[in-house]
Amino acid sequence: MSSIDATEEPEVGAEATDDSANVMIQFDGVVKQFGDNVVLRELDFSVSPGEFVTLIGPSGSGKTTILRLLMTLEKVNGGTIQVDGEYLSHMYRGDKLVPADEKHLTKVRKRIGMVFQQFNLFPNMNVLQNITEAPIRVLGLPKSDAEERAKDLLDMVGLGEKVTAHPTQLSGGQQQRVAIARALAMRPDVLLLDEVTSALDPELVAGVLNVLKEIASTTDITFLCVTHEMGFAKDVSDRVLMFDQGQIIEDASPDKLFTEPEHERTREFLHAVIDRA
Amino acid sequence: MWSWELFWDSFSALLPGLWITFAATVCGALLAYVLGLVFALIRQVRVPVLSQITFGLVEFIRSTPLLVQIFFFYWVVQPWMGVQWSAFWSGTIALGLHYACYTSEVYRAGIDAVPKGQWEASTALSLPRRRTWTGVILPQAIPRVLPALGNYTISMFKETPLLLAIGVIDIVGAAKDFGADHYSVEEAYTMAGIFFLVLSFPSSILVRRLERRFVKH
Ligand SMILES: Nc1ncnc2c1ncn2[C@@H]1O[C@H](COP(=O)(O)OP(=O)(O)O)[C@@H](O)[C@H]1O
Ligand SMILES: [Mg+2]
Repeated sequence: MSSIDATEEPEVGAEATDDSANVMIQFDGVVKQFGDNVVLRELDFSVSPGEFVTLIGPSGSGKTTILRLLMTLEKVNGGTIQVDGEYLSHMYRGDKLVPADEKHLTKVRKRIGMVFQQFNLFPNMNVLQNITEAPIRVLGLPKSDAEERAKDLLDMVGLGEKVTAHPTQLSGGQQQRVAIARALAMRPDVLLLDEVTSALDPELVAGVLNVLKEIASTTDITFLCVTHEMGFAKDVSDRVLMFDQGQIIEDASPDKLFTEPEHERTREFLHAVIDRA
Repeated sequence: MWSWELFWDSFSALLPGLWITFAATVCGALLAYVLGLVFALIRQVRVPVLSQITFGLVEFIRSTPLLVQIFFFYWVVQPWMGVQWSAFWSGTIALGLHYACYTSEVYRAGIDAVPKGQWEASTALSLPRRRTWTGVILPQAIPRVLPALGNYTISMFKETPLLLAIGVIDIVGAAKDFGADHYSVEEAYTMAGIFFLVLSFPSSILVRRLERRFVKH
């Protein structure tokens, strides 16, 4: 248990960045705990560039925590995370690896976007401003370019006429599609999706999922997606990871995992989810 | 003996005092709005040292009477600082500082009421901290606090007569002088009361309107 000591130095050395060309996301021995509650216990996994990876598993198994660590909304207690060969959780000071400071985080998190279960649109801005805010303020795009980019994205998510609408005037499904456009406007390399349809009325789910399918098939963005929509996961995923208690218990292609899962736990979980739907 | 003539005469005699009351309220309130926000931000961002000082100041001010603070600022703080402002400015600053401690709590509650998801979305978009405050958090927090700020402004208006203690001639001061000059106090004090009533009452209706407009969403 000594390895989940928050103060311990990561053990990874020079070999950590070796085959970075084929790895977009790399977790090495990641430990995350909240107080005494150890949520992730030395988690290792990697995602290739352009891959669509879906995380499934029971509530409380640590799926959201993984996404939040990647989005730098949480800090690791042990181990390291790399994105495209660059440390996210850590940085080099000289040739020593130390926990990342705010400046380093600011730099690396620009490559990552996230869409939340609760949309989290800015209610003090209209749809267009929600989407152009970060490209203007963070990427330094001229306003007209940012607006053009935003309008293209709104067309893509089917909300071309909602440019000046206010988030409160939109349905949940429309709000979520704006949130997707907002994340895409930053041209992220990695897009994190945390149960993006769970807060929606059932009839609005398909619209959002179709938009995501379209994006997944037309861009080379790397996706890490948490969802209970098994049909969707089966359609778009390159790989599915089954989580339980902060551990990956099964890592397989969707065809394999959904039709002939190896683990009893996976089978039980899939039954429970499918029965509920 | 009540005199209607004195009563009507007192109206114009109180007008200069009304102007002073009005000026002290407006200047004190502006100070309270700005300083309250500064205090709230210092504490929210946990600026080292400054946030401890602010905490101490807020606790001190909230646990002593305004009257004592007005005296203290005029007779003790000013000489310490080596300045000699007029009684009006000294009293108005004391009033603004006092209310800044209350408005800072109001701002803090308003800031806390902005959902955590707004911070997280800002981080996910890599917005700089400063822009998150100015573009996302404060524009949502401030409309929510306007009614409370309005209520404090009305309270300040009603507390300006305390400045009389250091010689500022506000409405009540003017009424007192009028009474002394005419050997009859009841007319002018009644008029002063009417002034406060006539001005406070519509203001509280206005604040209630603000409340209905901003607080629900
Ligand atoms: N901010 C937090 N503080 C304390 N515990 C947390 C926090 N966030 C998550 N947890 C705990 O971490 C565990 C995993 O949560 P989460 O990653 O949200 O799981 P999932 O998304 O798979 O449902 C849960 O036991 C949860 O209670
Ligand atoms: Mg979750």
